Amino acid sequence: MRSRNGAAGAPAAGAGGPAGTGTGVRAGARARGRDAAGAGAPAAPPGGRATGRPGAGPSRERGAEAAPAPPRRGRASLHPGAWWLWSLGLGTAATRTTNPLLLALLIAAAGYVVATHRSASPWSRSYAAFAKLAVAVLLVRLAFTVALGSPVPGTHVLLTLPEIPLPHWAQGIRLGGRVTAEALLFAGYNGLKLATLLICVGAANALASPARLLKSLPGALYEVGVAVVVALTFAPHLIADVQRLRAARRLRGRPDRGVRGLLQVGLPVLEGALERSVALAAAMDARGYGRTAQVPARVRRTTTALTLGGLLGVCAGTYGLLTAEGGTYGVPVLCAGAAAALAGLRLGGRRSPRTRYRPDPWGVRAWLVAGSGAGVAALLTLAAVRDPDALHPGVVPLVAPTLPLWPAAAVLLALLPAFVVPKPVEEPS
Amino acid sequence: MIRFEDVSVTYEGAGEPTVRGVDFEVPEGELVLLVGPSGVGKSTVLGAVSGLVPHFTGGTLRGRVTVAGRDTRTHQPRELADVVGTVGQDPLAHFVTDTVEEELAYGMESLGLAAEVMRRRVEETLDLLGLADLRDRPIGTLSGGQRQRVAIGSVLTPHPRVLVLDEPTSALDPAAAEEVLAVLQRLVHDLGTTVLLAEHRLERVVQYADRVVLLPAPGAAPRCGDPAEVMAVSPVYPPVVGLGRLAGWSPLPLTVRDARRRAAGLRDRLAHRPLGEERPAASPASEPPTGRALPGTASGSTTPAGQADPAGAGTASPGPTGPAPAAAPGAPAARLPSPRLPSPRRGLFRRNSAALAPPSAVPRVAEVRGLAVRRGPVTALRHVDLCVARGETVALMGRNGAGKSTLLGSLVGLVEPTAGSVLVGGAVPHRTPPRDLVRRVGLVPQEPRDLLYADTVAAECTAADRDAGAEPGTCRALVSELLPGITDGIHPRDLSEGQRLALALAVVLTARPPLLLLDEPTRGLDYAAKARLVAVLRALAAEGHAIVLATHDVELAAEIAHRVVLLSDGEVIADGATAEIVVASPSFAPQVTKILAPQRWLTVSGVREALA
Repeated sequence: MRSRNGAAGAPAAGAGGPAGTGTGVRAGARARGRDAAGAGAPAAPPGGRATGRPGAGPSRERGAEAAPAPPRRGRASLHPGAWWLWSLGLGTAATRTTNPLLLALLIAAAGYVVATHRSASPWSRSYAAFAKLAVAVLLVRLAFTVALGSPVPGTHVLLTLPEIPLPHWAQGIRLGGRVTAEALLFAGYNGLKLATLLICVGAANALASPARLLKSLPGALYEVGVAVVVALTFAPHLIADVQRLRAARRLRGRPDRGVRGLLQVGLPVLEGALERSVALAAAMDARGYGRTAQVPARVRRTTTALTLGGLLGVCAGTYGLLTAEGGTYGVPVLCAGAAAALAGLRLGGRRSPRTRYRPDPWGVRAWLVAGSGAGVAALLTLAAVRDPDALHPGVVPLVAPTLPLWPAAAVLLALLPAFVVPKPVEEPS
Repeated sequence: MIRFEDVSVTYEGAGEPTVRGVDFEVPEGELVLLVGPSGVGKSTVLGAVSGLVPHFTGGTLRGRVTVAGRDTRTHQPRELADVVGTVGQDPLAHFVTDTVEEELAYGMESLGLAAEVMRRRVEETLDLLGLADLRDRPIGTLSGGQRQRVAIGSVLTPHPRVLVLDEPTSALDPAAAEEVLAVLQRLVHDLGTTVLLAEHRLERVVQYADRVVLLPAPGAAPRCGDPAEVMAVSPVYPPVVGLGRLAGWSPLPLTVRDARRRAAGLRDRLAHRPLGEERPAASPASEPPTGRALPGTASGSTTPAGQADPAGAGTASPGPTGPAPAAAPGAPAARLPSPRLPSPRRGLFRRNSAALAPPSAVPRVAEVRGLAVRRGPVTALRHVDLCVARGETVALMGRNGAGKSTLLGSLVGLVEPTAGSVLVGGAVPHRTPPRDLVRRVGLVPQEPRDLLYADTVAAECTAADRDAGAEPGTCRALVSELLPGITDGIHPRDLSEGQRLALALAVVLTARPPLLLLDEPTRGLDYAAKARLVAVLRALAAEGHAIVLATHDVELAAEIAHRVVLLSDGEVIADGATAEIVVASPSFAPQVTKILAPQRWLTVSGVREALA
């Protein structure tokens, strides 16, 4: 939403964007400003409105309520990537089965780890939102089955809704009619699978913020990472702006609800967002964002060659994999391309003189956490191949799902982080 | 350390240079204060030091600015980042990361310092600024003063030799401002940092300055020199200087302490004058001064007739002690037709008879009883009682986050009470449709710009008339009265801070609400704009408008408020006549009160009237 990327990526050029909004920030190419300093005055384009006090907007006090100090987040002891790998592993495992007992076990395992290990930071609250979303997905799936019927054949009719006759061109679509237990169960199994996936992603969000994960990007991708991080932190500000401006509409005696009210605050909100991103770009520039180190021309050329060659290799390798004839060269070319691209990225990092403050170490615990996730995924994939019936309980005919013993034991492996990772330190209050 | 050589800056599209002939030098280790009215280019001068002007803002810079020997023409802002630390007006716009510790490290990461150096400096800075307890806090949960300290800390960690600050204390309550200034003081004294800062609230900072650079008018050459000498000629000056000028002290005192030493003679001269009740506000004589004012009595004592002319206050008029002669509704000689709202008034009386408060003939414009507001886990207000009578001006004070804005929000229906009741003109604000509510209460928010949508002043006025259901032209007439010389075609965003406030005020007043609320009206205003605002608010109060303003500005409260209500952690901790409350409080006392204590004068104008 915020033009953070543009403004941050090229701060001086970013100033050009919002000039039309009358923020008082003059559009001006950086080079022009520099060259013109002390030299002739640049031609003054007409239409400038403000007297040009950059950043002269008064400071705002936003959300400075007397918030009680949230419990202190202990220094995160685990690399955020480990948590993401763990939860992605759980998600992968969830896609391998429709057995509601196994899925419930997965949800319970993820929920237990989140409950014991999430920090008190704002993004940890996203878990509840993800859980609600998961429930909503499940309910929507069931509602569609009830309303639109299902191709699953069934004999156990639970209820019969009045069927709405549709014209002949809408053949194949049914509104209302019989609702069978088989169809509902089938929809429920599939919905639960999706819900479990969502809960796994929510767990990753709650345990390690995506912002922290992005900070672990290699140096060459650092600036992209910052742009994303900044965009993430700005979303709450945007919401606050919308709320403030809707409140202001009420002060003018206009209704503050409804779509029109929302639309009419759109422009001021965008203006405010642009202004703030320009102010932030200025602050980042003044704090040394985008400083580059001198790199020998030879290294620069090698970097370019490696990156471009690597990307070409990846493309060619993928093509080879996908076509029938390329089966022989596909894999090696893909691997070589990926390796070259990674080397290019690494070399490109030399251009950035940045250092990292207290990087999250990847230690034994991180291996254990990531490994437990990967283990669950691998074991359930294996189980799905060897014993498909246990992992996909049938709906026609109706059978009660049973808990297959050793896949269940595999899912319990996901609880490993709960025991190997120390809990975040809560501040005694 | 910083050297300006005949610098002028012209922004693109501007006919005239914004600043011109800027030529001064800031030696290493000095704290230099940049002063001047709004719009003279203070921010431009500050931006030129960090290189943001002209590299980031565009425009043309003539002359030369060097910082620690580096010419800003050839150095980008990012290449100056290791010698100049810049904090802008809005600390929130300055933050890149989401927690305090990471924010402190960010600048050093950009400069590529070694990991162990960064770790050490972060810890040092956390201690230096008293932020150690906040290190893991998300920045969004910090208070205003904490944010400002984090912003300063975040530019301190790379150990810059120059610190540039734009209005660092304007948004802060008095205590938080002192916190920030103490940090600056320590940096200058202990670490030899050079500090250049611009500030409107001179009463807070002028005593810390080693030198003052005055930009007297737009485009005029700056004057640089000893603080006392520059203050003697400055168009903007704090009350202590105002009092010094009035009393003819030379050299001018800049601190309350110096002024007190000189003030013995002035106190003698004032001793036999009628004591400084600035205006016939509440009636402290008829009730215990320290007690919380009872709703009925406090409002009953208001004498609108006397408010129009504070000069009369100093004389031995019976106003302050009299039994509220002008308490009957409609008594004030209104220049504008007083708001005629029969239905709310009926509702009001009905409410009065039901309430437990002592019966009173004075119509209450607003009545808050047992109000509590919770937002999630946060209790913003608890058990707040407040009554506001016609013609009364009430200042809500307290630190950032004490619940002032929430109280205003609940009076105007933006905040729904969790418990208790709010009645404004007989209506429950959050259940009243906005169209009806604007005729009972109007709020000018912290950011007056939020109220303005249109492209031109004329369109804004037309919309305001329509919103309020007023006669066409009502708003425009108010604008002309508050802001003479504003043309119809001008864009609201091109107005200065003070003009925009006046326009928002006119928009709100179009519906003639009997209760007017202002949230931090003086933020970003210079002394001249503030004086105009004071005059406007006094006239409105004389016409019978009740005014409630939330402010950190003790001088403003001393100037216009009849009553001061102090809030702390969502509770009312004091409620009484301005003189009673502010005299008793070390942080809320205006400078004149501190200088002339134990006499109870509040403002320079009050003293001037008494001496005349």
